[in-house]
Amino acid sequence: MLSRRIVPCLDVRDGQVVKGVRFRDHVVVGEIVELALRYRDEGADELVFYDITASPEGRRVDRDWVERVAREIDIPFCVAGGIRSVDDAREVLHAGADKISINSPALERPALVSEIADAFGVQCVVVGVDSLRDDDGEWRVRQYTGDPSRTKALRKGTLEWIEEVQALGAGEIVLNCMGTDGVRRGYDIEQLKAARAISHVPLVASGGAGTPMHFAEVFREADVDAALAASVFHTGDIGIPALKRELRTQGIEVRL
Amino acid sequence: MKVVLVDAGGTNIGSVRYALQRLGTDAELTSDAARIRAASHVILPGVGAAAPGMRMLREAGLVDVLRELKQPVLGVCLGMQLLCDRSEESDTECLGVIPAMVRRFVDMPGLRVPHMGWNTLEVTTAHRLTAGLRQGDAAYFVHSFAVPTGDYTLAASEHGEAFSAVVASGNFMGMQFHPERSAGVGAQLLRNFLSL
Repeated sequence: MLSRRIVPCLDVRDGQVVKGVRFRDHVVVGEIVELALRYRDEGADELVFYDITASPEGRRVDRDWVERVAREIDIPFCVAGGIRSVDDAREVLHAGADKISINSPALERPALVSEIADAFGVQCVVVGVDSLRDDDGEWRVRQYTGDPSRTKALRKGTLEWIEEVQALGAGEIVLNCMGTDGVRRGYDIEQLKAARAISHVPLVASGGAGTPMHFAEVFREADVDAALAASVFHTGDIGIPALKRELRTQGIEVRL
Repeated sequence: MKVVLVDAGGTNIGSVRYALQRLGTDAELTSDAARIRAASHVILPGVGAAAPGMRMLREAGLVDVLRELKQPVLGVCLGMQLLCDRSEESDTECLGVIPAMVRRFVDMPGLRVPHMGWNTLEVTTAHRLTAGLRQGDAAYFVHSFAVPTGDYTLAASEHGEAFSAVVASGNFMGMQFHPERSAGVGAQLLRNFLSL
């Protein structure tokens, strides 16, 4: 049986792991390799590193830490941040990342998704989607969310974008529901269910985990393949071994 | 022991190399025929698509070199698929040392492709390569094409239907998942390969 994946997300800024509430006011929570190893030992199924400062400043991911992580850990990891070309993707993948995730640059130039999929296969192309419900009730995509002063609200509908990137060659979608991110009241089940209904590739839920029940809920109700969280893991409020045991008790397939 | 990693353009070469280093083995990355022939163990990693993978092997003049090897050879992920007869992926002729066709996962409602994540392994045939593997151990998969089960299957997994997770035909072996990213289970399997 294919397990549901528990994925700690490490937002990286200047080589350190940070976390903010609703994508703002970031504070340092730890050193990258140290946290990566801790999560690997605790039974994380995969890790995602988002260099949240990279896209807005036109910078690239610092390859140095990618290689250090690749040498140390034996579970898969994905790197996001400032990947704007096939060459950028190649460098990160060759440094040892298993997947790359693109977000703002894919919105600037959607063909980038196809170019990377053609070069390395769809299995390593993750598209990150930052989404917020607008006053008219529609979910729409946000761009450059790493820097609040540059964040742009786009006219593009979230579901429309998710369909578009799959047609272009995305092998996985991470849906960051900004309305629920960082406030620990649960994943945005309604939005994730809508995204699930139109996704034939794996879908990863992001934004809102506060208790083990929230994970059970998002797997059971939104049928996502993986659930991503940051602060609850970084603070130790939720331990991955206990979380997985709880999910197993509830009949959800996890890797113990 | 002299382990070589065949450079067929796979992006996971670094990860496989690091995994071997964690086991205390330094593997050389090469596309040189003489060095490959002289190795005690040959690993063909692979991430990407079958057609460009085979093209790289042809351009490097390695097709016959690999086919004629007598030492233990391990294909990982796409590398395992390249050991088979043919792949449905762009209808590609492969190395033909494992008698199998590589097929795309069939379209089924609710079946997500790529098959991505940790899936359990079911040992179907005892072999030194899978020594110590327990029923239900999980490994990390990422792929859209798969090798059906057959006489060559050592361990199977399931995604919509059963498929080969570990194969062997004589000295040619393959793992569809990524042992380099499959935690302790992957390390054990790589250790087994190196002990052959």
